[in-house]
Amino acid sequence: MDLRVSRRRKIVNVVMLSLSGVCTALVMGVLFFILGYLFWHGAKSLNWNFLTQVPKPSGQTGGGVANAIAGSAKVLLLATCIGVPIGFLAGVYLAEYSGKTFAFTIRYVVDLLNGVPSIVIGIVAYALVVRPMGHYSALAGGVALGIMMIPIAVRTTEEFLRSVPNSMREGAMALGATRARTIFTVVAPAAISGLISGMMLNLARVAGETAPLLFTALGNMFWSRGWLQPIATLPVTIYNYAIAPEEDLHQQAWAAGFVLLFLVLGINVTARMIIARGSASARR
Amino acid sequence: MHVATFRQQLAKEPAIAAEGSGVQKTALAVKLQAENLNFYYGKFQALHGISLSIVTYKITAFIGPSGCGKSTFLRTMNRMNETVRNTRVEGKLLLDGQDLREMDVTFVRRRVGMVFQKSNPFPKTIFDNVAYGLRVNGVRSRPVIEAAVERSLRRAALWDEVKDKLRKPASALSGGQQQRLCIARALAVEPEVLLLDEPCSALDPIATLKIEELLFQIKDITTIVIVTHNMQQAARLADYTGFFLMGKLIEFDDTRKIFQNPSKKETEDYVTGRFG
Ligand SMILES: Nc1ncnc2c1ncn2[C@@H]1O[C@H](COP(=O)(O)OP(=O)(O)O)[C@@H](O)[C@H]1O
Ligand SMILES: [Mg+2]
Repeated sequence: MDLRVSRRRKIVNVVMLSLSGVCTALVMGVLFFILGYLFWHGAKSLNWNFLTQVPKPSGQTGGGVANAIAGSAKVLLLATCIGVPIGFLAGVYLAEYSGKTFAFTIRYVVDLLNGVPSIVIGIVAYALVVRPMGHYSALAGGVALGIMMIPIAVRTTEEFLRSVPNSMREGAMALGATRARTIFTVVAPAAISGLISGMMLNLARVAGETAPLLFTALGNMFWSRGWLQPIATLPVTIYNYAIAPEEDLHQQAWAAGFVLLFLVLGINVTARMIIARGSASARR
Repeated sequence: MHVATFRQQLAKEPAIAAEGSGVQKTALAVKLQAENLNFYYGKFQALHGISLSIVTYKITAFIGPSGCGKSTFLRTMNRMNETVRNTRVEGKLLLDGQDLREMDVTFVRRRVGMVFQKSNPFPKTIFDNVAYGLRVNGVRSRPVIEAAVERSLRRAALWDEVKDKLRKPASALSGGQQQRLCIARALAVEPEVLLLDEPCSALDPIATLKIEELLFQIKDITTIVIVTHNMQQAARLADYTGFFLMGKLIEFDDTRKIFQNPSKKETEDYVTGRFG
């Protein structure tokens, strides 16, 4: 046996192992680094006022992003109301009704839609909503994000409905339930925890989208009433503050970033807890 | 034989003769009738010219080696096979003398209930499982549903075990209890026929015995058709037994005749254990 070869193998092995170990640590570290970095830079602005006040007129320091937090919530609610039902029903069709070849086509198109750059979706929402209405609005932002939610909503629904054993469908249909009734009263409830958490992850994914909101929701220094006015959102506020000249606004951008990240992580963790609990009760 | 001889035998059958003083009642004695039934999964023919009559308020068993088409035949009788893509039925299927394939399919399935090999309770409470069929069929009244749930659970010999936990998820029950729950669920809509596809194959002997007992109990309210791979079970339970082999109904007769004095060589080989 050639000793030199075997030694080289050992060295390569050790190097690869430590390299992938370091990269793993790096991956894990990135999240905590981002969190810490945002906190470090935004700490001075992160206080109760920041969460409860609206921005101060330009030139003054202080003020908060309460309107942007509420605005993001409003736009995301609209997006959910648009993206989830459409995606869910299309996913039902895909999982329960479509034939093999047609399903392949639908899935392909949905994946392509998922790959459409968010800025392009923003332009579409601009053309569909902003132009006809003549002004920017929460509604336009909701439409843009709602469209962005559709592909994942479709695939999530398909995946979780397919995971429900066929014996459930047969059991319901054997009692005289129609196919639609079976889906809505047995199959979907059986998959409910997966569906809910999938939709929450979907929501978290679009919560940080900025580009499609720039020319749909636009932004607003004040509280926005109703659904048809321009509205502040966290991502756009971060963007605007970050490119502003004032140092105070830079700090507030960091703090707003921290708040956004915190909310998104919160949604993520909750969704994962729902999944874990759902599969635990399914095993029982 | 068999259709012809079987029909002759039917005529001699004392229970039916006693029941049927009028013409109509005699006609009702045959609940389900298949005539020259062929079934295809795509190009594969799974059933070849099945003809038989299922007698009202009797237990009919189907035996045969696995893959011989027992489940397929059972699933044509409530049109469950229609949910499988690319399938085709030929021939006649009559429920109370009416073409089953021309009825509304949900109506057929309400009248012809089914219990599956693997128990399949819905991820709902025990109560909601049993109530499901009623709600699907438009029953809204709370007292009516409650009464039906209790009655069905009693018939399925499960009431005493679950009466204090009707709001618990069905998944908390044991395997045998789950299967009895599925029977209760099927009974709740008061089907005229109950099809059972190897309902005990996943159960231990005690749970199996409980189910056999309850089938005896409900025999006077519903016509029972059971597929079983367990010949003792067929011998114990059934009034009539059909032997399937490779998609054909080889012999269909009185259970005693099938097990003690079959007229076909294949049947004899199978029931004496010389086959598969
Ligand atoms: N969904 C299906 N698609 C294609 N072939 C099937 C399907 N189900 C059953 N078969 C075939 O039909 C034949 C009869 O099956 P089945 O009725 O399940 O037999 P048994 O219940 O007597 O074991 C078998 O050869 C089986 O492979
Ligand atoms: Mg079978």
